[in-house]
Parts: sequence; C-alpha cells; structure tokens
Amino acid sequence: MKVQGLTIQENNMGLLSDPNRRRALISMLTRLNAPICVVCYMAGVAWFMGLAFEPFTLRTYMSENAMGSTMVEERFPAGERALATGREFAAHKKKVGGMPVDWLVKTMQSQGLEVFTQRFSRTLPFPDENKERYVVEGTNVYGILRAPRAPRTEALVLSAPCSPGNNNNQAVGLLLGLSQYFRNQIYWAKDIIFLVNEHDLIGMQAWLEGYHHTNTTGMDWSPLQGRGGSIQAALSLELSSDVITSLDLVLEGLNGQLPNLDLANLFYAFCQKIGVLCTIQGKLQRDDWDTASGYSHAVQTMMLMVLKQASGRPWGDHGLFLRYHIEAASIKGINSFRQYKTDATTIGRLLEGMFRKLNNLLERLHQSYFFYLMPSLSRFVSIGYYMPAFGLLAVILLLRALDLWVQLSALPSRTEDGIADIEQSGPGVLSVLTPLVISHLTGVALYTLPIRSQEMAVEHFPVFETEAVVLTAIAIYTAGLALPHNTHRLVSGEGTEQGWRVLKLVAVLYLAVLLGCTALINFSLGFILALTLVPLAAFITPHVPKLLSALFMVLLSPGCTLFFSIFFFQELQETPVNLQEGWVLFLSVISQGILDHSLYGSLVYPLVALLVYPCWLLFWNILFWK
Amino acid sequence: KRQAISLLASQTSSAPETVVTPSQPEDDFQEELVIRPLHSGDIYASFQFRTVWDTDFMGGKKVSHYRLFPKSLGQVISKFSVRELHISFTQGYWRTMQWGQPFLPSPPGAELWVWFQDTVTDVDGTWKELTNVLSGIFCASLNFIDSTNTVQPSASFKPLGIGNVTDHRFLRYATLPREIVCTENLTPWKKLLPCGSKAGLAVLMKSEKLFHSSFHSQAVHIRPVCQDWQCKSTSWELRQTLNVVFDLHSSGQGKREWSLFKMFSRTLTEACPLASSSKIYIDVTDNPQQFELSPATPLLSQAVVLGDRRTYSVYDLTQQATFGSMRSLNMLLRWKSSDGDMMRPLLHGERYVAGYGLQTGEIHTLMYNHHPYRAFPVLLLDTVPWYLRLYIHTLTVTSKGKDNKPSYIHYQPSKDRVRPHLLEMLVQLPPNSVTEVTVQFERALLKWTEYTPDPNHGFYVGSSVVSALVPSVVAMDTNSTQERPLFSSFFPSKEESSYFVRIYTEPLLVNLPTPDFSMPYNVICLTCTVVAVGYGSLYNLLTRTFQVEEPSPGLAKRLANIIRKMRGVPPL
Repeated sequence: MKVQGLTIQENNMGLLSDPNRRRALISMLTRLNAPICVVCYMAGVAWFMGLAFEPFTLRTYMSENAMGSTMVEERFPAGERALATGREFAAHKKKVGGMPVDWLVKTMQSQGLEVFTQRFSRTLPFPDENKERYVVEGTNVYGILRAPRAPRTEALVLSAPCSPGNNNNQAVGLLLGLSQYFRNQIYWAKDIIFLVNEHDLIGMQAWLEGYHHTNTTGMDWSPLQGRGGSIQAALSLELSSDVITSLDLVLEGLNGQLPNLDLANLFYAFCQKIGVLCTIQGKLQRDDWDTASGYSHAVQTMMLMVLKQASGRPWGDHGLFLRYHIEAASIKGINSFRQYKTDATTIGRLLEGMFRKLNNLLERLHQSYFFYLMPSLSRFVSIGYYMPAFGLLAVILLLRALDLWVQLSALPSRTEDGIADIEQSGPGVLSVLTPLVISHLTGVALYTLPIRSQEMAVEHFPVFETEAVVLTAIAIYTAGLALPHNTHRLVSGEGTEQGWRVLKLVAVLYLAVLLGCTALINFSLGFILALTLVPLAAFITPHVPKLLSALFMVLLSPGCTLFFSIFFFQELQETPVNLQEGWVLFLSVISQGILDHSLYGSLVYPLVALLVYPCWLLFWNILFWK
Repeated sequence: KRQAISLLASQTSSAPETVVTPSQPEDDFQEELVIRPLHSGDIYASFQFRTVWDTDFMGGKKVSHYRLFPKSLGQVISKFSVRELHISFTQGYWRTMQWGQPFLPSPPGAELWVWFQDTVTDVDGTWKELTNVLSGIFCASLNFIDSTNTVQPSASFKPLGIGNVTDHRFLRYATLPREIVCTENLTPWKKLLPCGSKAGLAVLMKSEKLFHSSFHSQAVHIRPVCQDWQCKSTSWELRQTLNVVFDLHSSGQGKREWSLFKMFSRTLTEACPLASSSKIYIDVTDNPQQFELSPATPLLSQAVVLGDRRTYSVYDLTQQATFGSMRSLNMLLRWKSSDGDMMRPLLHGERYVAGYGLQTGEIHTLMYNHHPYRAFPVLLLDTVPWYLRLYIHTLTVTSKGKDNKPSYIHYQPSKDRVRPHLLEMLVQLPPNSVTEVTVQFERALLKWTEYTPDPNHGFYVGSSVVSALVPSVVAMDTNSTQERPLFSSFFPSKEESSYFVRIYTEPLLVNLPTPDFSMPYNVICLTCTVVAVGYGSLYNLLTRTFQVEEPSPGLAKRLANIIRKMRGVPPL
C-alpha cells in the first residue's frame, strides 16, 4: 500500500519535484502559450454560448418547501373595483399635479390600514435629462396591514410607483384593491406594507433608507413612523393598462444583484397555474430549442439578461431592496397586440397567490440560487455552469503571466553575472510604479472631475450641465490616452526589454485579480470586460505594429465596449438604432451611470473609472514603450 | 366632554350601591369582564379572575386542603418559596397608538418574572426547577428559559404585593419572544379556574373565537396581599387575566356592531356559583355620542383607570334580573358614528434594527412622550442576547436633537453562551418629544450546533420594557379605593397625580450570518482533496533527497549487484 501511495504521489507531483519534467512542462507551456491561449478563449466563448442551449441548462424548480407544497386558493374578486380606484387615483393625481397624498392617506385609512407618510428631497449632482429632474421633492405614502396576532417582526412589501403622466395608475388601483381585500383576511402571519412611492427609484431609496435608518447617498428624508419588522420579500408592480397580454418579470437589481431564484419560480408557477402569459426580458419562451431560431431566441434572452446585469443599475423599483437582503422583483404588465387579454382580477389573483405563499415562508428565501442566468423563465444556468466560461478566459491571463515570468527569469541568465541583474531591478520597480500611479491618477480624475467641474464647463462652453458632465468624462478618458505613456522614461531613462515585461506581468496579474473579483460579484460585467480586455492583455507588446494595435486597443477599451453594448442591446430589444441615435444613447447612458452611482450607490462607474480604465491604460503604456 | 363626565359622575355617586359581597372567611373568588370599544372599531375584552386565600404557604405547616385556589399553583408556591410570580403568554402585539393602554401589559411571546423569598439560598437552581415545572403546568416551552435569557433587573420590576424585600438577587426575569400561544396553553389556564369553563364568564372562552382575533394574551399573577386595610396578616392573591382584541375587519365583517355572541359565539346564562362577585363592565365613557348599548343597565360605575376617569355600565351576573326574560345575556354595542378622536396615549414606544449587512447593526429604541407640558422619567430595560455584541460605547440617548443624559444606568455585559446583556436606564422624557436610544452591535458567528433548526428565519431579541409613572389626566379619586373594580387596582400607585404604566416595544428579528448547511459536505470533499494533493506533494518535496541520477550502470554491474544482493552484501 505504502509503495503504491508513493508512486501515485510521484506521478501526481513528480512534475514539480522533478526538475527535468518541470522544465519540460514549462517549456511546453511557453512554447505553446499562444495556441493554448487562443484555444482557451475560443472555448470560453463557446462555453458561454452553449449555456443558452436547452439540453445544457436545468429546469427551474421550487426549492423552498414552505412555498412549494402548500396549497393556496386565490379568491381576489374585485379587479373592476380596483381599476375604478385607479381611475379615481388618476383624477386626484391630475388635480394635485403629483402625488395625491391626502387622498391616498384617507383611502388607506378607511380600509383599516395604519398609514404613514415620508417626505424626502434630493438635489441631483446634475440635471437628469432622461427624466427631466434636478431638485426632487416628494412624499411616499405607505399603509401597513398589521397581521393579526403577529408581533411585528416580519413584513412583506407590495409597492407601486406614482409615475408622472398616465402611467401606473392601474398599478396603484390594483394595490389599493388588494389592500382592501387582504385586510379582511385572517390568515396573514406577516405584516404587509403597501407602498406608493413617488419619483420611482429616488422615492424608493428614501423609503428604504428611512426604514433601515441608513444614509448611504446623502439624501434628506423624514424618519418613518411605522415599521413592520424585517422585510422578507417585496414585489413592485407596474401596470399601465386595464387589460394586459402578458406579465414581464424583472429581476436585475443594483450592482447586478439578483433575488433568490425561488421568487422567479414562484412567479412562473402562478403564471402557469392561473394561465397568464409570462415573459422575462420581454421574451416569451419557446419550445423549439432544437431549431436554430429557437436557440437564438434563448441566446437573445440570456444576452439581454447579461447586458442588463452588467449595467449594474436597478431595472425596476425592486432593485434597491436587494442591498438590504430583501428578495424582490418587479412585475410589469405588458399590453401588446395579442388577441388574448388578461384582466385586472386575474392579475390580482396572481399577486394574491404570490403573497399568500410568501406569507407561508418560515425562513427568508434562501434555498435556491442567488447567482444564475435565465435563458428563459423555466430554465436557468447556475453559477457552477457559467463560471467555467469566465475561468477559461481568466486562465489566459495566468498563462501569459507564467510566460512572462519565465521570460523574465530567463533574461538575466543571458547577462554575465548576478550583479548586473540586481542593478537592473532597481529602476525596474520605479519604471513599473510610475505608470501605475499615473494611470490611477487619471482614473481618479475621471471619477471626480466630471461632476466637480460642471459649473466651470458650463461657464466656458455652450453646453448644459448634463452634457458638460458627460463630455468632461469623455474628454478625460480620451486625454488619458495621450498622457501617461512613456512616463517611465522620466525616471528610468530608456525603457528596457525587462522593464515592459515587468510592467506587463504586473498589469496582467492586476487584470486577472480585478476581473476575478468583478465576476464573483457581477458575473456579467466581469465576463464582458474579460471578453474585451483579455485578448488585448494577451497580445500587447511594444513590438507589435503600433498603429494597427492602437486602433485595436481603442476599439477594445471599456468606453468602446459600452458603445458596442448599447448597439447590441438595442438590437436584442428589436429597436435597432443608427449611429447618430447610438451616440446620443451612449451619452445618456454615461450620465445615467454617473447618476446611478451618486443616487443609489451603483458601483459600475467607480469600478470602471478607478480600476478598469487605469488597468487598460497600463496596457496602452506597454504598447508605446520605448 | 369633560363636563359630560362630571355630570355622569354626579349621577352615579347618588345612585345606591347595589353590589352585595357575600363574606367569605377563608377564600374568595371574583370574576369580571371589561369590554372597551376602541376608536378603530375594534373591541377589547379583558377577563379578570381573582382568587384570594387567607393562608400562609410559608409558615412551615403544610397546606393540603385546597378549595378555590388551584392546588398545582399552591404547591409550586410552597415548594419553590415563591413570593411573587407573574407569567404571561401573548400572541400578537398591543397596538398602543390605536388601542390605548391595556389594563395589563404583556410582551409578545412568554414572559415570566418571579420574586423568591429571601430564605432561598440557591436562587438560580430554584429558578431552573420552577421554569421546568411551570412549563409542564402551562404546556409551554418555558423550559427554554436558562441563564442565557434570564436577567435580574435592578429597578424595573418591583414586587407588586406586600413585603419589603427589594434586593434584586431574588428576582428573575425572562422572556421568550418566540413562544407561540395557542389552545394548548389556554386549556391548562382555564383549568385553574374554580368553575373551569363550565359556568360563569369562562363560558365565553371558546378557543376558536379567542384565537380569531388581533391580540390574545393570558396571564397568571400570584402575589401576597393584605387581608384587610390594617394589613396585619397576608393572604395570597391569584389573578388570572385574559385580554383579547377582536378585529373589526376580519371578525366584525366591517360592521361597527358588536355583541357577546358575535365576539365569543356564546351568550351568558349564569354567574359562576362559586364567585362572590361576577360582573361585566362596559366602557361607556363616550356614550351616548358614539354608540348605543342594549339591554341598557341602570348600574353605572366610575373608575379612574390609567389616569383617565372612565364610566362603565355594569351588569351584575349574580342578579337574576340581569338575564331578563330570555334567561341569557347578550348585550349589543352599536356605533352611531365613527368619528371622534381617541385620547393619544401619553407614552408609547417603538423599536427597530437599523443598518444592513450581516456584520453590524444598530438597535433604535424610540420613546414618545405625548404629554403637552409635563416631563416624566421612565425606566428602560433592554435585554439583548449575547450573540448580538453590544458596543456599549456607542450608546446614545437623544431627545429633541439634544443629548439626554440618563440619571441612572445599570449595565451588565454579556458573557458568551452564559448570560445576556442587561441595560437599564432612567431617562427623563421631555414634554411632547421623542427620545431615541441607539446602540450598535455586532452579530456573532455561532457554532454550527448553536443554530436553530430554521436559522434563516432569524433570531429574536425580546421586547424592551419601559416602566413609567405617567402624569395623570385627572386627579385620582382616593376615596373609592375599596370599591374599585379589579382591572383598576392592580399596580399600586403612590402618587395620586400620576399612574404607573408599563409598555413593551416590539421584539426584534435579527438575521445572523448563517452558513450554508450543505457546506460541511463540500468542505469535507475540499479539505480531503487539499490534504491529499497539497500536503502529500509538499511532504514529498520536503523529505525527498535530490541527487543527480547517474547514468544507468552497465549490464555486468547490474548482474553483479543482483548476485551481491542475494549474498546480502551491499551493492557496488
């Protein structure tokens, strides 16, 4: 036995302990480095594309026993009345010219809820042109249905936004209809909070911060008077028509966070039970997975999810709940030209069913996955399946790093003795440090200057504040390309062969760590960045043709990735845009990204500005190494 | 409105007292039901049953003959040398802002506090045994009370009976916020009554109705009281109370109309024959503006309860006339209008956990003083389990934006797995203000066997207790103490211009960092692999001696070595 064990170990690890074999392995890895990298990249992309192929995905299933096996009967009868309430709400909204606070308070009170209001105000760092707001002031109204014989420790939230214009009146009507109906039931075990939030996400942010008494974004809000304990789950309702053809489920929240998959399963189960068409990313699911069009449909659905998740912004009012570890999703009613329509009573029954199941929960939703992609509503790809796609891309960086390491240790051996080696390493550190510091300073400038210098920009150029911010960002981004390269020459004189290798080794490892961490938190963002940054990190040396590579690098830079992603996203949504419109969208997406960061604490903008962009600049620096 | 009350008062004081209390030399049983219509349209029913027994459990002689006093409790008192025992089981949270103050407050879940006689030497051991015995008597999980949730408050829980021992070494207080109260707890509670649920007011206690309510609380209080006004000898008092609030929307079907039958699906036909007094009080202070009552009763009673002078219609069940020709009593309360404001409770508390993430958090306790011009001090008692590690240096008390320095702080830090944090403070609440007490905490990572079977549900932190002498709205009438109804005579009140109130905040549900419990399997697999591959190869590298391999020897040498080996000689 002993002998056998020894031989196995020798076989396993003899590779490393035996200098000859180690040498052979390393020489193979360096010799075949480029082909292996190419194969890994292809395999990574192929793996990712394979994720949407139905036989490779898993069917969704309810993991939470408390929701799976219990029977619920939906009896909500009052859809028509809810719509009438919605119309009444619309009339009051029009009369007041905003949130009809008094009417809502009175209505909810008459239903027997405990009603509270919260005032909030927020001055945006610069005007939001998409939603035309700068100084935002508003009021949230919420009513708490106290569960009988429950000690106020757990709550569920149903929210509907009070949107400007004629939007979402039906959602508020249905919310009030449901609250009336729910109030008369005896079976509630958790308090239910009915929230009508003004100014969509800003109001939601104010309410959540007030509820948890935190202040992460510097917003002004009045403290909440009533609470229902720890919130277990939340649903946000968006409904703008009396009848709908399908319901769309929105999962992507702040920073690419997703609710527990069981929440999606719950929605899907009730859609199936009640017979409502349901979609995710606005796409119905198809049965013909074995045809090319069926597969491409699944790919499109999944790619939409990847792009939305990568954007890191909340795609519905639910998105901000996820930070507080509250499972939440938005349900949007869609009214298209399809023949078959669903009325408000049916939607009410669906929501009633979901709430009753959530009410049955004994623990927080935790049984199912938190990290997943969905190529359709009934299929999912778990983290164990999609991570290898990223791993295959990331391993390229490690292989390149190994290659560089070997080259570096091989280089000094060509010189005569070790003394020269030590002398060389001295300036080597400085020549690495300087570009690192300079590119990060550029990153800091990109992060801070756009908002800070808007007034100056508005004074000197004929632009609005929003344009000023976006254009400053683009200007700094572009200026960064000219600024830092060849800085090492200031400190270390002529750039050496070894110098750029050390810098590239550092940059490659930096990128590997950066992408690895990003992918753990937000797979989609990490994967998209890896898709574009890994090839350029792999091939860039000072010896490749300068002009062509520079063009290639610029095209693969984070900014251009965003630009292409916008076109791709529009294409997937079946609303293609031309170059002009794309540019306008690009500008607005940048401003939204900066706003998301300062309003809700989205991390994508600081990540790109402070880490990804400087990292990319390092490679730019290597390209122009002299 | 005040005028109306005084008018009523003058009317009732002139009315002849018709209550006749038969004298009982040894023991005495009284039963009572108070019904208070609430402004929200809900209705509050509070039962109180009092058994007083002129005996001495402690006097050395064994008490073996029991009549009205339940034997099970009597034995508990004598065996464990209990001086005072208060136990409550509550399902739901008392909504002070909607319902006003309850007659007897209690926190959600189970609460138990006991004063032991000063003859008890091993208080902790006796407490442990007592909780286990009570757990059996009341079919509740009181056996989960151990040192990790027991505290000895220094000021908040004073004895309510006679006696002058106030050394809090003999006091034990514990709550189980997670305790669910149901029929299995009601049945043993009803069995303690002399008439059981066969006759008297207890007939109304049908569990399917009592638990079809917004709030349900049942309690047992045992204490020594004076036998007479001279207080030369003591007797034991057992009070059993049951409070229930029926919801207008789910049990009243939205109609502002209540009757005994609608509340309890029973009517009354007789009093408990063993009771010396059996009465129903209906709070008609707002009558006749708000609601009408039928059948009408000529009996009116005045009482100052919780600082407010209230008027009650009294139905005496010992009188045959009360039941009328139908031989059953089913009174009906019908609201005429739903407007009118409730007097805002002067003191009200709230509590919540702030922050997000699973590392730290902050407990906020809010205490509202709604009195327009008077400040009053309150005692705040906070018991926090050890797995929330309080950062006591972050403790702040603020009212009206200013720092409010507590005049008394008693803090006992927790010991991991042994005892909880205990924080008691005497805080002055300025008039018309909110006082906020905040303290930060860190969530501990438990050992994996310490998690409950449903760890993702969260862990409970019991209610904090706010005890206060609240300035009274009306000056208390000192003359009528002898004839006061039971519900108004529980907490002794020394100062006439203020009354004692105890409020409980909501319990907290806090999520602790919870491991994925399928993880051990993964961890075992992972560690085995790491140990096998990592350790094995490292060991291999460390222990192996490396030497350059010589070129393989020739055939002749190998043959020679084989021969040498067979001979047992070292090879060449």
